Amino acid sequence: MSPTVSPGELDERAGVDPVARGLWHPLVAVHDLRRGQQGSAVLLGVRLDYTMAGDGSVSVCRSDDHDDRRPVQIAYEIVWTCLDEPATPLFETPEALETDRRIVHAGTIGVHVSAPRAVENFLDMAHFPYVHTDILGAEPFTEVEEYSVHVDPDTNEVWATDCVFWQPVAATTSTEGQMTDYRYRVPHPYCVVLYKTTPVDPDRFDVIALFCRPIAPDRIEAHMFLALLDADNSDADIRRFQLTIFGQDKPILENQFPKELPLDPRVETPIRADKVAIAYRRWLSDLGITHGVIPAA
Amino acid sequence: MTVGGWQPIAALDDLAPRHVFQASLDGQELAVWRADSGELNAWENRCLHRGVRLSIGFNNGAELLCRYHGWRYATGTAGCTYIPAHPADAPARTITNRTYPIVERYGLVWSGREVDGRPEEVAELGAHTLVLRALPVWAPRSFVLDALVDHRFAPNEGLDVDPAEVEMTCDRRQGSIVLTAAHGGSSSTVVYWVQSLDAHTSVIRPVLAETPDDVIAVLRHHARALRELVDRVERTVPSRSVEPQGPLETPVVVERSAGSGPHIEVRVRRKWWTAPDVAAFELTPLAGVLPTPQPGSHIDLRLPNGLVRQYSLTNGPGESDHYRIGVKLEVDGGGGSTLLHDVVTEGDVLTISGPRNGFPLRRDTEHTVLIAGGIGLTPLLAMAQAIRLDRRGFELHVFVRGEDALAFPDVVESFGADATVHVALSPAQTAGRIADVLVAARASHPGALVYACGPAPMLDVVRATAAAAGWADPAVHFEYFSNHHEIDDSTPFEVALARSGTTLEVPAGTSLLEVLRGAGVALPSSCEKGACGTCAVPVIDGTPDHHDVYLRDAERAANTTMLSCVSRARSDRLVLDL
Repeated sequence: MSPTVSPGELDERAGVDPVARGLWHPLVAVHDLRRGQQGSAVLLGVRLDYTMAGDGSVSVCRSDDHDDRRPVQIAYEIVWTCLDEPATPLFETPEALETDRRIVHAGTIGVHVSAPRAVENFLDMAHFPYVHTDILGAEPFTEVEEYSVHVDPDTNEVWATDCVFWQPVAATTSTEGQMTDYRYRVPHPYCVVLYKTTPVDPDRFDVIALFCRPIAPDRIEAHMFLALLDADNSDADIRRFQLTIFGQDKPILENQFPKELPLDPRVETPIRADKVAIAYRRWLSDLGITHGVIPAA
Repeated sequence: MTVGGWQPIAALDDLAPRHVFQASLDGQELAVWRADSGELNAWENRCLHRGVRLSIGFNNGAELLCRYHGWRYATGTAGCTYIPAHPADAPARTITNRTYPIVERYGLVWSGREVDGRPEEVAELGAHTLVLRALPVWAPRSFVLDALVDHRFAPNEGLDVDPAEVEMTCDRRQGSIVLTAAHGGSSSTVVYWVQSLDAHTSVIRPVLAETPDDVIAVLRHHARALRELVDRVERTVPSRSVEPQGPLETPVVVERSAGSGPHIEVRVRRKWWTAPDVAAFELTPLAGVLPTPQPGSHIDLRLPNGLVRQYSLTNGPGESDHYRIGVKLEVDGGGGSTLLHDVVTEGDVLTISGPRNGFPLRRDTEHTVLIAGGIGLTPLLAMAQAIRLDRRGFELHVFVRGEDALAFPDVVESFGADATVHVALSPAQTAGRIADVLVAARASHPGALVYACGPAPMLDVVRATAAAAGWADPAVHFEYFSNHHEIDDSTPFEVALARSGTTLEVPAGTSLLEVLRGAGVALPSSCEKGACGTCAVPVIDGTPDHHDVYLRDAERAANTTMLSCVSRARSDRLVLDL
């Protein structure tokens, strides 16, 4: 078992995953920045300093070497950066650019768990009746029906499609229980995007995403990003709904052991409903990710 | 780090009803709980599905439910009885959490690794002991035991005496320190055990030999005295670790003793006539623990004359130390029931298979209709008890030939108004009554499910009537009398093992995994539902018929590997690299 690291504490083992170091990662929410102010955060065991200049531009550098400037981009209401030279561009989500959507950064929450455990929980429907009781699910309607999983050969993203689940209160816009259609997309080892039926428009999907900043192999800060078709509810109501949901997940995640995700399929006992998790774990193995996982022997 | 031997892990009072207590022993976190029957459980504190602590789960009195996905594990065996994400599937028997030995003695609950018998006898402790307040210490167990040797307290009858005046005697035993305090003709004895939480932390668990008159004053005295000892120990312990340990993890669950082979030896603990032509048997294992029964499961019973008969288990949740079956006398039934009725007696040893579940109970409904004909009642009794524990609605209808023909009348009566016994109806009257039941239930509970077990003509009536009353086909479930299962419609195939040069037949209804194991091939397996990939076998020739969810599309198309637990063959013959 790996030693635990307090939030913000540096863990040298964390920075050694070359695959993770070449990825863009979320650092801080834009709305948490103030012009002229400096802040710092740990990414993959490396402490970074960030500054928003008077003109609104953001810069990021290593705390231990201010000449080592890291690349920066703003996307999804978040500042993203990378420890090495980015091996790939940050994934795109066209829905987030649609002008008629409500764009909400719903919160940033620290969780004592690995990023892959948090992603896998986000991909999981079977826990809705037990963890999100009377909101995203309710006993006795517990069945996870057969759904489809594939890895898109062009983008190398994991997709789960044709997912349906009965939900009492699927969203802030819900007035009654409904069979909700879900599509899940994993475009990044520590990020996951959900496309969900909206009561507002049958032909379009609400977009709800979880972007994790890996601090240490067993510590993350999770950003919740939403692009919704919801003209009525206030940002505060939308945030409250998402924080309620995530607040229910957090104690489950923090009681999960081991905190790093085991990639050997024999270590935990999966079932058919875990099909997307099985694919996700194999995909992480193929990518060669080592941070936040226990690699298969 | 392993200390070995029995150690106390909790006071019996810590195990409140319907509660789960988190304990720790030598670095291993345990979920400790008591069933309503009084049965104690100490399990590895990790659901084997996704690793969530079981101590944050729910104790329903007979099962522990994981908080994350509601998986249920039975008291005693820790075997999984239900996976809510797949209500129609019976969980594989391999899905069993790791259990630890647990016993109660002297008001404490004890566990240990590789222990047997009971915790050591302590002659000083009689019938009137008092469990004193336990205190955690930030020091290793051996260090705490050494410090306890010099511990001082006053006797019950002289709590105000200056501790320096008290004469202390110490007897250091295998795992305990026995201290006696004497002053002015009165004396008191306390036995101290030390539980090792992990390599750095311990809990002192004292038990007073005689319950005093003034319990509160004595408890307070010992709590204060022990607090001072603990403070001193924590000041002097050489290396103080600041990191508490998380739970140890032991991956890959192994099936437990009594259920590991195809045959289990059981003894007839009790035999009685539950109706004039129905003998009931309670069967207990000669060794080990019986595999976990599920509602609807049955066993094969191998009779002394070589016959094999299937009988449904009537066990309710929490009844894990025995199997209970009901055997109806079938005069022209081939001799199986005659032998059981006339020859087999209490104390006899029989051989059974582990339970198999071809009639699993879905629990994703608010209401269940159970229809039994005669001895077809047996699997439905198990179901009704399980539904009752969940506090969901059900109605049990039992059709019997005569007033006294009802088997297990005590269990049926315990269902009160939820059970109706229909006596001595003609076939036409029976059909009419079944129609009434199904029409009424369909109207009042549109999402209900139907389970029926009994003679074939009656089940044909249920099938036709249900369809006419508008029940969807998947909502109505059948088990034919004496467990004549609907045979798996997949076709048999031949499998050749290239390395050993043997050829095996995989019959319909039997998995490739079972056939390979039967032929002595040691093949690991875990979920047995085609999800984990553990039982994959390499294919050299032939076309597998893949039924798993583990393999990628490309791997499936390549046909070079298959999961032996669920996948079969499209070709007549497969050649495996085994």
